[in-house]
Amino acid sequence: MNISGSNAVSFRGVARHFGNVRAVDDVNLDILEGEFFAMLGPSGSGKTTCLRLIAGFEQPTAGAISIFGFEAQGVPPYRRNVNTVFQDYALFPHMSVLDNVAYGLMVKGVGRDIRYAKANDALKLVALASYGERKPGQLSGGQRQRVALARALVNEPRVLLLDEPLGALDLKLREQMQVELKTLQRQLGITFVFVTHDQGEALSMADRVAIFNNGQIVQVGTPEEVYNRPRNRFVADFVGSSNVLSPAFCKTLGLAEKWASLRPENMTITPLHAAHPKSHQSISGRVVSVHYQGAATRLHVETQDGTALTAVAVKNPFATGDLVTLSWPGNALHYLDDAL
Amino acid sequence: MTATLQPLETSRNRGVFGTFSDWLFNNPKSFLALLFIPPVLWLGIVYLGSLLLFLAQAFFSIDEFAGTIIYEPTWSTIVQLFQPANFDIILRTLVMATAVTVASAIIAYPFAYFAARYARGKWKAVFYLLVMLPLWSSYLVKVYSWKLLLAQEGIIPSVLKTLHLTPLLEAFLQLPVIGGNSLSTSYFGTFIVFVYIWLPYMILPTQAALERVPLNLLEASSDLGALPNQTFLYVTWPLALPGLIAGSIFTFSLTLGDYIVPQVVGSSTLYIGNAVYLQQGTAGNLPLAAAFTFVPIIIMLIYLVIAKRLGAFNAL
Repeated sequence: MNISGSNAVSFRGVARHFGNVRAVDDVNLDILEGEFFAMLGPSGSGKTTCLRLIAGFEQPTAGAISIFGFEAQGVPPYRRNVNTVFQDYALFPHMSVLDNVAYGLMVKGVGRDIRYAKANDALKLVALASYGERKPGQLSGGQRQRVALARALVNEPRVLLLDEPLGALDLKLREQMQVELKTLQRQLGITFVFVTHDQGEALSMADRVAIFNNGQIVQVGTPEEVYNRPRNRFVADFVGSSNVLSPAFCKTLGLAEKWASLRPENMTITPLHAAHPKSHQSISGRVVSVHYQGAATRLHVETQDGTALTAVAVKNPFATGDLVTLSWPGNALHYLDDAL
Repeated sequence: MTATLQPLETSRNRGVFGTFSDWLFNNPKSFLALLFIPPVLWLGIVYLGSLLLFLAQAFFSIDEFAGTIIYEPTWSTIVQLFQPANFDIILRTLVMATAVTVASAIIAYPFAYFAARYARGKWKAVFYLLVMLPLWSSYLVKVYSWKLLLAQEGIIPSVLKTLHLTPLLEAFLQLPVIGGNSLSTSYFGTFIVFVYIWLPYMILPTQAALERVPLNLLEASSDLGALPNQTFLYVTWPLALPGLIAGSIFTFSLTLGDYIVPQVVGSSTLYIGNAVYLQQGTAGNLPLAAAFTFVPIIIMLIYLVIAKRLGAFNAL
């Protein structure tokens, strides 16, 4: 199978079954060289298995994987020019931070002086220059994460695989690391393949996102594409939050009888029968609950036929029980591919 | 709608036991003390106390003619250990214990590795059963069974005879030092029985240590480009080493102290255990017996210090 040179990683009909469990099933995928690619999906959706297939820890049951045009079948992990940042970092507890970072160079026979110099450079890159003598056990979660990153980067991999690397960090640190990772990726120009179940993380960092469900890829696209034009109910619901409208409901609004997605932030919430632009579609309902979230307020509104809708208001004058009208511009409503 | 206010404490009857539990909960230091007093008394007085009393005998000497102990502190008994006859015993025991430990480690490792990495559920139970089974039968019975296996007219030589391999056995017994008249009267026989008897004590700690090596560390090593043998050398081995050391402490010290195996199977030469047994029993030389007892303790201390220096416990 010949695959174009600009693809860092290509999956062709790849499956990985564990007994009866189809962890990955018929996945086709092209990851471009130099891009920040996110694999997003709920746990058990097959995204981590795909990452492990690229790393070489798993072999496909069917299909072919190529890395920079080379057939990956039968190439063990230690012969792949691909490095992984593990979910729980997997730092060697019996080695110092510096030895951890220098490990990849050491096993490849790089001389002591050169490998320590490079390891120190890598530690500088992740702002841990003075931590080389410590043991991993003496570092905080965020620091360990950086060591794991330095340990992978020092090998100058052509593809860096990141398996939920920020999952164990608290919110502030996670946001900071998101920015740093993105900056680092731009600076180094290495292809990053990033596995996460956090849609916010995927949208904010990735050039392109693949949405996984049940071992298959549901949609691949830029963050804007998957957010604004979700292919089906699963994507609409999983990426961001969305009002998924049933075909019957759309019909009552005088729209096509199809599944549709409507983002809460695209709806305007006004007192009942207040004026709204004629081009807008609208429906009235009653506020069922109000959730203050700081920057905005999330309102749950129930329409007459019992459909629950979520709207977001930056400044909210409404309380539970108020009658309101929700309106939105026609192009805010996006039809989905789901069967009726 | 007004909720009935509950008192802070639930209305369960405390009783004497409950009151005691509450007191322990509020006095964690007393609780710890209560937990530790029995083992400390046992270890401190019954165990260490009697051992130290016995060891102290090494600093007395014996009146050669009267056969009574002279209760005056002296180094002379300790110095006796370095007489050629006694020093030979120490050296022989040390070499045997080392050989037994190394062989046990080599045999135990694949077993332990299999159990730690691959055995699950039922197979794990089978593994434990197979390893522990020999420990359930009498030590003496096992040793004498080995004599039956190894003796000149025993099972192993006769099986070899049936296979027309007797010349091979004879050639082996011709070997200096490890050979002898028959397997059951050779150093090699003693060695085999020691390895058999102490093997479970090596397998179990090694298996426990290997089980504690997280799989993702091995994956990380492989991911970073380490060949399987490098992963073993730099990750598995150092992380499993504390377990192997723990196992080797068992096999090493048990061999150092044993006096039955060399009596039943072997070349009738003395080991430290036999020396202690002889000196305190037949010879009635309690000081020299105590001096011999010092030897394994000192050797184990030196062994642990070396192991620590080599970084065996860094992964703990």
